[in-house]
Amino acid sequence: MVISSIEAVEASHLLESTSQNIMDPVIELDDLSVQFGTRTILKMLNTSLAGRAIGLLGPNGAGKTTLIHTLLGFHAPAKGTARIFGMDIRRNARSVRRLIGYMPEIDSFIARMTAVQFLRLMAELSGLPAREALERSHEALFYVGLGEARYRELGTYSLGMKQLAKLAQAIVHGPRLLFLDEPTNGLDPPARQRMLRLIREIRDSGKLHLILSSHLLRDVEECCEEVLILKGGEIRVYCNLEEERRANRRFLEMETWGDDPTFLAALERMGCQCAVNGSRRIKMILPPHVEVKDLYLLAAERRIQIRRLHHKRDSLEDIFLKAMEETNGGL
Amino acid sequence: MAVYKHTYQRYEGRLTPAWSRFLILPRYTLQQAFRSKFLISLMVAGFAWPLGCALVIYLHHNLSALKILSLNPDKLMAIDSHFFYVFLWVQSGIGFLLTAFVGPGLVSPDLANNGLPLYLSRPFSRAEYVLGKLSVIAILLSVITWLPGMFLFFLQCGLEGIGWCGDNLRVLMALLLGSWLWIACLSLFSLVLSAWVKWRFVAGALLFGIISFANGMGAAINNIFNTKAGFLINLSEVMQSIWSSLFGLEGKTAVAPDDAWRSLLAFCAICLFLLSRKIKAYEVIK
Repeated sequence: MVISSIEAVEASHLLESTSQNIMDPVIELDDLSVQFGTRTILKMLNTSLAGRAIGLLGPNGAGKTTLIHTLLGFHAPAKGTARIFGMDIRRNARSVRRLIGYMPEIDSFIARMTAVQFLRLMAELSGLPAREALERSHEALFYVGLGEARYRELGTYSLGMKQLAKLAQAIVHGPRLLFLDEPTNGLDPPARQRMLRLIREIRDSGKLHLILSSHLLRDVEECCEEVLILKGGEIRVYCNLEEERRANRRFLEMETWGDDPTFLAALERMGCQCAVNGSRRIKMILPPHVEVKDLYLLAAERRIQIRRLHHKRDSLEDIFLKAMEETNGGL
Repeated sequence: MAVYKHTYQRYEGRLTPAWSRFLILPRYTLQQAFRSKFLISLMVAGFAWPLGCALVIYLHHNLSALKILSLNPDKLMAIDSHFFYVFLWVQSGIGFLLTAFVGPGLVSPDLANNGLPLYLSRPFSRAEYVLGKLSVIAILLSVITWLPGMFLFFLQCGLEGIGWCGDNLRVLMALLLGSWLWIACLSLFSLVLSAWVKWRFVAGALLFGIISFANGMGAAINNIFNTKAGFLINLSEVMQSIWSSLFGLEGKTAVAPDDAWRSLLAFCAICLFLLSRKIKAYEVIK
């Protein structure tokens, strides 16, 4: 296959433009709206996603898959636009798709092809020369654990193997942004764990950003650093999970034993905001200058026993449920 | 990177030119198609008539061979526009059989296995996908229509002299344009059927069925309304009319060439419209 020098120059330019700072936005949504007929699926989405691994959460019909499809250029926005690595998804569709890998939710493959042929075709369509495409196909199949089955026809694969083949085709051309749409769908527990381990490995390689769409909170919690929660086509929450957890470390729940009515007042003097729940249960928010050991010291001074103390950490489930409750009071 | 190094690697090497990527599809499709012995037999059969024609041209210019075979040169078919018209007519029939065999399997497996999102999520457009799939039929039919046709034309030129070539340039143009029209028409039609009918054998049968039904319908319209308008939905009559006008053999067909062109353009436009409705990454239910 002839290699065009112009393409090579364009590619290197693209590489320069995309070898970006970790905090540079990966995806920018700018009043993005998508309509199917008269139904508005995505409503004026405005945000800038910059994380390494972003979970896309939401109940069924929230618009997760539509958002991914729109970013891939499958649906035209009714209003607004979006940018991926600073490139407009409509005006620079080809350049954008060069940088994207996509693992669809549904079973997708090309019939009557072996896994190697399938991946080679996909890599060549992404612009890789035939020889490099073949080399990377073998590498990708070994990487996802299908090395021994790479000469088998895809039609003979089990569901778990098909999912892995889909992941392999999404990374075979070495994308910079990976869209994973429900990657653990239909997998048994060991296969699910294998898939999640692979996703984490890809994330930890630090060589690409990934967007993981799932309705399984556990999957997102295990693989993602940030989470974007959609509901009814609107963004409900966009947060960094680690920061949320860190912020939640200031919330404490304590169970005490001993009678000293001044203990609560002493806590408040230290700057803690306290709420007494029952006779010996105290919920409090620690001010930044107070550490947990200060509480133990205070309790020791006043001969109070701290029988139980735990951080009230919001799980992703809490964040998700809060986001769902925010407007209509429940799911 | 060696395969034992199990780490994710970006690709930062050179890329192939974007314009050439549609040619990847015929390469893969033909590779698979030629696993079929039936297709190979059909292709071989497609060379029988051109070989026969080449033999006729050779005999026209070799009196000693004619004498050995005890043949009268006057009884051999004259090498003129009619000769090439007949050549194209026969080859197009074989081309139709080839298309009926290969065409239905072009898009339907991709649709049945949800393969389109995989193609279209790459730097590869719908137009390139359609062009790639069309070129499968185009390559196969070219090998048995205009390519051997040009060989015969230049063989005749070589044997008859450059003067014949100059006098019959119209034949060359008719051969090329006539073949391309037929290829475009057949490949579009087969692609539409392949896109709309999931089952390969049903799509193949429909290729024959729709054309036969249109011919029958056309004949019924002609009989009932005492008109010739029915021929406009008869693809073979339409092509015959266009080819006749291209080869300068007017007056032999039931459809006026202008009407035939309009009918053909409408047919191709309908095919393109139907393709654009179906070749999408995902169906959107509005």
